Amino acid sequence: MRITLPVNNKDIKSDICPSFGRTPYFLIYDTDDKSIIFLDNLAAQSAGGAGIKAAQMLLDQSIKIIIAPRYGENAAKVLLDGGIKVYKNVAGTAEKNIKAYEKNQLDILADIHPGFHNHGNK
Amino acid sequence: MGTNKKIVVLSGKGGTGKTLVSVNLAAADFDSYYLDCDVEEPNGHLYFKPQILEEKNVSVLIPNVNNDLCIGCKKCVNFCQFNALAFGKKVILFKEICHSCGGCALVCPAHAITEIEKTVGIVNIGISENVKTVGGIMNTGEASGIPIIKNILEYIKDKSGNVYIDCPPGSACIVMESIKDADYCILVAEPTIFGAHNLEMVYELVKLFNKPCGVVLNKCTEGLNPSEEFCKENNIEILVQIPYDAELGELNSNGKIAVRENYKNNELFYSLLNKVKEVIK
Repeated sequence: MRITLPVNNKDIKSDICPSFGRTPYFLIYDTDDKSIIFLDNLAAQSAGGAGIKAAQMLLDQSIKIIIAPRYGENAAKVLLDGGIKVYKNVAGTAEKNIKAYEKNQLDILADIHPGFHNHGNK
Repeated sequence: MGTNKKIVVLSGKGGTGKTLVSVNLAAADFDSYYLDCDVEEPNGHLYFKPQILEEKNVSVLIPNVNNDLCIGCKKCVNFCQFNALAFGKKVILFKEICHSCGGCALVCPAHAITEIEKTVGIVNIGISENVKTVGGIMNTGEASGIPIIKNILEYIKDKSGNVYIDCPPGSACIVMESIKDADYCILVAEPTIFGAHNLEMVYELVKLFNKPCGVVLNKCTEGLNPSEEFCKENNIEILVQIPYDAELGELNSNGKIAVRENYKNNELFYSLLNKVKEVIK
């Protein structure tokens, strides 16, 4: 099964990126063969709808689990329809979070933030 | 075709006096049109208090997906440059992100996408003494007022007379839509550093569109006026200087139109009107 984390650097010891839609990379970890790849987040360059595009990209990559600090309501709609589960990360590196996930120590991320669309004015 | 002349009043920031200038020009002219293109926060009607003759909805087209016909090829998702479509187990549409280009319906090989109308706001046509007013308001939550502005401008296409267009503030797409057919642009600026900075932005835009323009310096006080300096440095005509005046402020805050009252400095507005008429002749 493939799980993913938004990361700031192409490194297993990277921090988790606070933005889901505009993270520079996604670290993809395969729980079966323990392989790791990094995916450039093409959605980060979008003028709008980055969360939607990032979510679509992960669906297309057959991701089943996301570990992230938060995600927006538009991304949530796509992830929900695609059957992806999101867990809340703990402080620390991507590596630490993968280990925590494998030990069932992460909680489901329930709160979805309304997004920074329209810069919070509307 | 109408033989109207369009005078667009704009500024780089809000609150400089666009409405003051455009409302008074329209009221001082003979049979004229006043168009309130600030469809996010229209306020011209507070002055004209027009009798509304006609009101209509403005709609745009958005896709409607028939999931029974959809084959899940994601061609629509990949086509959309605005990321308004996604596909999980079915096509998901984000209406507020859609720019109504219609491309998704064109690329769908299964003909599962048709276009349906979505109301984004209203346009109203009214009359206030010598002035015909056209305004609109965008529905809360909509991303773009441009379809409404297009509708407002469409209305005067076959009309004659001078048209005074009260623009939205700033220099974004919504302003470009308002000025692209202008015959003359009036830039309204405040006597502050911030005012001069915003004047510069909007002046750049007007230059880009190759429009003749002049500046109204509003709220002028004694002392330095950075907006005036900017005009002198760039050889931009200063049409009129409106003083920072309590009487005018009071009229304005009570929704009164200076040229329809006995305001002591009304010759300022008439001199502005004459200058503008001279250029657009």
